[in-house]
Amino acid sequence: MCTTCGCGDAEHEVSILKPGEKLEMHEHHHHHHGHEHGHEHHHHHAHGHDHTHKTVIELEKDILQNNQLVAERNRGYFEAKNIFSLNLVSSPGSGKTTVLEKTLTDLKSEIDFYIIEGDQQTFNDAQRIDDLNVPVVQINTGKGCHLDSDMVNKAVKKLDPKSNSILMIENVGNLVCPSMFDLGEDTRVVIISVTEGEDKTIKYPDMFDSSQICLINKVDLLPYLQFDVEKAKDYARRVNPNLEFFEVSATTGEGMDKWYDWLKSKMK
Amino acid sequence: MHELSIAMGIVKIAETEIQKAKAESVSLIELEIGALSGVEISSLEFVWPMAVKDSVLENAERKIDIIPATAVCMDCDQEFALENHYDTCPKCGSYFKHILNGREMRVKALEVV
Repeated sequence: MCTTCGCGDAEHEVSILKPGEKLEMHEHHHHHHGHEHGHEHHHHHAHGHDHTHKTVIELEKDILQNNQLVAERNRGYFEAKNIFSLNLVSSPGSGKTTVLEKTLTDLKSEIDFYIIEGDQQTFNDAQRIDDLNVPVVQINTGKGCHLDSDMVNKAVKKLDPKSNSILMIENVGNLVCPSMFDLGEDTRVVIISVTEGEDKTIKYPDMFDSSQICLINKVDLLPYLQFDVEKAKDYARRVNPNLEFFEVSATTGEGMDKWYDWLKSKMK
Repeated sequence: MHELSIAMGIVKIAETEIQKAKAESVSLIELEIGALSGVEISSLEFVWPMAVKDSVLENAERKIDIIPATAVCMDCDQEFALENHYDTCPKCGSYFKHILNGREMRVKALEVV
């Protein structure tokens, strides 16, 4: 789905690149919004009467059905190749990339990882992953505020992941929009950090409702903050009573072992 | 602003249906949006003119039915209306609920010319 409509500026287009690849200018994969239709073909009906013929089409069609269809195709591909896929979502600055880096550093000798990085701009995050020698593709969404299943589909083709691996998709930092877009992932992981408010979970309920795992990051900072972990969990459970929590610090490594055990359990 | 993506999805559906029906344009579009769907109606209205410009929906009248949210309590089976994801069962106070309605995001019908 195209979120860059009405914008002819190449720097705002979606780009999907591997490290070392250069962006070809004007690589538009803009959908045609039907400018062709409608205005040109004035059918001058010969049969005189000028009343317009109206037809009602009953549809009951899901608005996001295209995203859903491609998401299911992605999911089928992951399933067939036994690729465990995660969609990492959070607000900007909660430490998604740092969690990712720490996880890769500690587990990459045991598990094959593939990473898709989503940001509006820059190749910075993909560079951080590439520095760890883990295969990565960067999606820049331009003005888009979320990844969609079609972008992931294209990125996965570029990434060409091996069977029996883990694919981590780091979504655009945003607690609102990505919640609606199924990417075909197996599990959605929402990350919050203790420097945010405890009630973030009920302020942005859609994301917590649609996630299965919640990482509470930066717990090493708890002694300096007023953040009450139990209160945050309680708020989150009001929205989603089935949410599973891991309290971690990607900086010190505290609590990461339980998260790793969970990841490994998914590889069997 | 995912409402722009939502609006573009609606345009795409309308374009496809217009082609199938061999019609010219849409005169009326009826949408069903659930109260807990995550779609902000005012945002959708804000991006609408931008999204439908030069499309078959450009001159279409828009009708939005808001579908109220209801849930059933997993602990005591009480059915109830809710306004927020975090609302509790009015009978037993449980947070465990199964949402029945209110997540819809559908194009209900199109009137084409």
